Amino acid sequence: MVPLSYYLLLSGFLFACGVLGFLIKRNIITIFMSIELMLNGVNLSFVAFAAHWHVLAGQIFVFFVMVVAAAEAAVGLAIIIAVYRTRETLNVDQVNLLKL
Amino acid sequence: MGGAVNLLAQRHPINSALSLIAVMAALAGEYLLLGAEFVAAVQVIVYAGAVMVLFVFVIMLLNAGEEEETKGSRVALLLGVPGVLIGSVLVAWVVLRSSGTETVPIGALPGPPTEIAQLLFHDFLLPFEVTSVLILIAIMGAVVLATKPDAAERKAN
Repeated sequence: MVPLSYYLLLSGFLFACGVLGFLIKRNIITIFMSIELMLNGVNLSFVAFAAHWHVLAGQIFVFFVMVVAAAEAAVGLAIIIAVYRTRETLNVDQVNLLKL
Repeated sequence: MGGAVNLLAQRHPINSALSLIAVMAALAGEYLLLGAEFVAAVQVIVYAGAVMVLFVFVIMLLNAGEEEETKGSRVALLLGVPGVLIGSVLVAWVVLRSSGTETVPIGALPGPPTEIAQLLFHDFLLPFEVTSVLILIAIMGAVVLATKPDAAERKAN
């Protein structure tokens, strides 16, 4: 028997770690992984609430979040590859112009 | 938690990726504790399997090295750390204050795949179809973005 608030705290911690990584990391791939971490934190709170209220719909939302995360990862990594081809760098500070 | 902190602490992206895999495996364990076996299995297969393989593949493909310290990163560190700390403390305070002592029994909600499928293909049919279209568009976008520009031009000529 684990209190619901523990799950919520862990979920909030994961989300905060994701936000922090998003802010302080300069490598574009690591920034992407921070976004995945945020999505995972939200998923944990979805599942915790689904178990708490005995509603299965929460788990369905987790699947949708996973699908969106997978699509986002595919498109984002393709964008990263395209950026690397044109600029030869992965540092977001050096990618400050949309035109070449 | 340790994996998440490690993701921030590591400077090399491959180490961050490995710690993110550790976080996802731990989360799959949490889902098992919450009785969501199917979600746990999908978490391991989709996230720790497919998405992270994609990440590691791109890291190796682009030969990503150590990230260097820049002016922007120091500014972000100075502003970001206190902001996130304040925000998370606020959220933790609200959660601890508003939630009583209600507990989630371990394995309370056995989410059998049959019930999940019933929900997914009956009540959530339209969102399901919309996500399939989204996946299709994402695949096409990824292919278009990742093809070499000169190859596309050669095909056009």
